[in-house]
Amino acid sequence: MRRAALILVPYVWLLVLFLAPFLIVLKISLSDAALAIPPYAPTLKDGIAALIRELDFENFVFLTEDDLYWKAYLSSLRIALISTVLTLMVGYPIAYGMAKAPDEWRATLMMLVILPFWTSFLIRVYAWMGILSNEGLLNQLLTWLGLISEPLIILNTTTAVYIGIVYTYLPFMILPIYAALDRLDASLDEAAQDLGCTRTQAFWLVTIPLSRNGIVAGSFLVFIPALGEFVIPSLLGGSGTLMIGKVLWEEFFNNRDWPVASAVAVILLLILVVPIVLFQRNQQKQQEAEQ
Amino acid sequence: MSQTVFAPWDDPNEKPLIRFQNVTKRFGDFVAIDDLTLDIFAQEFFALLGPSGCGKTTMMRMLAGFETVTEGRIELAGKDIGPVPPNERAVNMMFQSYALFPHLSVWENIAFGLKRDRKSKAEIDARVDEMLKLVRLEKFARRKPHQISGGQRQRVALARSLAKAPKLLLLDEPLGALDKKLRQDTQFELMDIQETTGTTFVIVTHDQEEAMTVASRVAVMDEGRIIQVATPAAIYEYPNSVYVADFIGDVNIIQGIATPSGDESYALNWAEGQPPITATSQTKFAEGQKAHLAIRPEKISISSEKPEGAVNLLQGKVLDIAYLGNLSTYHVALPGGQVIKAQTANTRRIARRNITWEDPVWISWTATAGVMLEQ
Repeated sequence: MRRAALILVPYVWLLVLFLAPFLIVLKISLSDAALAIPPYAPTLKDGIAALIRELDFENFVFLTEDDLYWKAYLSSLRIALISTVLTLMVGYPIAYGMAKAPDEWRATLMMLVILPFWTSFLIRVYAWMGILSNEGLLNQLLTWLGLISEPLIILNTTTAVYIGIVYTYLPFMILPIYAALDRLDASLDEAAQDLGCTRTQAFWLVTIPLSRNGIVAGSFLVFIPALGEFVIPSLLGGSGTLMIGKVLWEEFFNNRDWPVASAVAVILLLILVVPIVLFQRNQQKQQEAEQ
Repeated sequence: MSQTVFAPWDDPNEKPLIRFQNVTKRFGDFVAIDDLTLDIFAQEFFALLGPSGCGKTTMMRMLAGFETVTEGRIELAGKDIGPVPPNERAVNMMFQSYALFPHLSVWENIAFGLKRDRKSKAEIDARVDEMLKLVRLEKFARRKPHQISGGQRQRVALARSLAKAPKLLLLDEPLGALDKKLRQDTQFELMDIQETTGTTFVIVTHDQEEAMTVASRVAVMDEGRIIQVATPAAIYEYPNSVYVADFIGDVNIIQGIATPSGDESYALNWAEGQPPITATSQTKFAEGQKAHLAIRPEKISISSEKPEGAVNLLQGKVLDIAYLGNLSTYHVALPGGQVIKAQTANTRRIARRNITWEDPVWISWTATAGVMLEQ
């Protein structure tokens, strides 16, 4: 009895906070846009029978007809993938440095990684606008140093989106990799060298394979939110950057087409299910390996 | 054919495999190794013995190449190995934690070093199989390290470090993680493997019994210096200092003032109201010089009746009995309060033994039983 109650808690949680909203969104995605409040029809006021009769997949068909949507999905996938690789390339050396740092430094370094979370994400993205704009800090610095004569155009390009995503999600990459590296016995690296590896070989043959789980976990933690990212592309990416999160937002607030926006959201969720399931399997395998 | 005794350290023409020349190692202000000079010969099983922090691990890590020498030089087969990085030294190490690669199978672990040498597949296969056979793990080749027992892991680590046929194998507390029974069996196995492969072994240990069992020579270390280097028997029977005598096995130390009483014979005045102790010594002691007599408990006999004609004879009372099964150690309190340990083999069943607590007993030993030490 008590066990059943305990198991019930997470299921109720999932039902109320995940499944119910999803069903509402799904229902809206099957409705038609209407000039009303709320801006779609049918609603429950029309009665259950009419409601079920009126629902259709029209909006999903529409998503396949206009090439904006699949282009946005593909573009999001590409941006999320590239940013994940970039974040890994920046994050791994930082995590490695932290794991090799003297014990007394580690708490401070960890603090520095987490510190940005203390201010609002939105403010930090705005700060990047100040840094990257044509008259921004970066261009002023480079001009002052005499490295450039014309300002670099970074803001409102895909480059700015990459910078924003790498910056924002870096801690999610660093922490799992650091956790994996921290657990590694330092004598493993020495053993590899003792058996004839150069330092570089030892790194690729021993350190990288043994931190694989951290790399996979960190990559998913970056890839999953980056795929649906909306704030960073809309503030830093300008009109040229096509990302599904931004399309969704515009569909919802600019076009006030709730049903199409909901259909976009449902497809996005279905796309995300794949990496989430893979991530869960990685976590599970890791736990089994530790036992 | 007469069996020649293996003792290259006594042959002045023999060239050492490893030569430490005035080696000093400092970590900041801390002196880990202090002006140390030592020769280790080919095919030796050499033990570095000492308490933790004595510098024995640092010496081993300098041989492996993980620590640099602050001053002096280390030669391997006549060549200075200072500038040679660890991966290019003909030296392999068996780590205390074993450091087996958890993502690789037993077979791949053993093959790891061979693959780095770009040997052909057939050569690698043959060598790995040979190593697996040597440590009797043929059946476990496909297992991962976490799927085998601690003793098996130890043998994989040994096989992996021997696979490249190094000139020198370093073993850092190789048996530290094993339980006592397994440790004793493994000690003999190590000696067999050392003999079959003919590799020079240098073992680091804090376990004096282990060092005595496996080693051809033992170096007793303290605070970055070598106090004595000798065969296990010489270390035990002829320690050169109270530190060594005390570190190896059990010992009674009697402090006194020496008076020469004949050729290599001395009388040691050690307590008021007690007769002087007669002891022989090859080292000279001056009249009135302070001396320590180190005497092992098993060299002191204990009896309830006064023995006839004993050179050194003292009376006391049994304070404690440590019954070890095969042996019993008696702690005998002398009238002056000093406690002397005497050990006897329990050749008779317990009911037949006649000494018990609080019994007055006689303890005695011969003039040659102990060693006289200056410090």
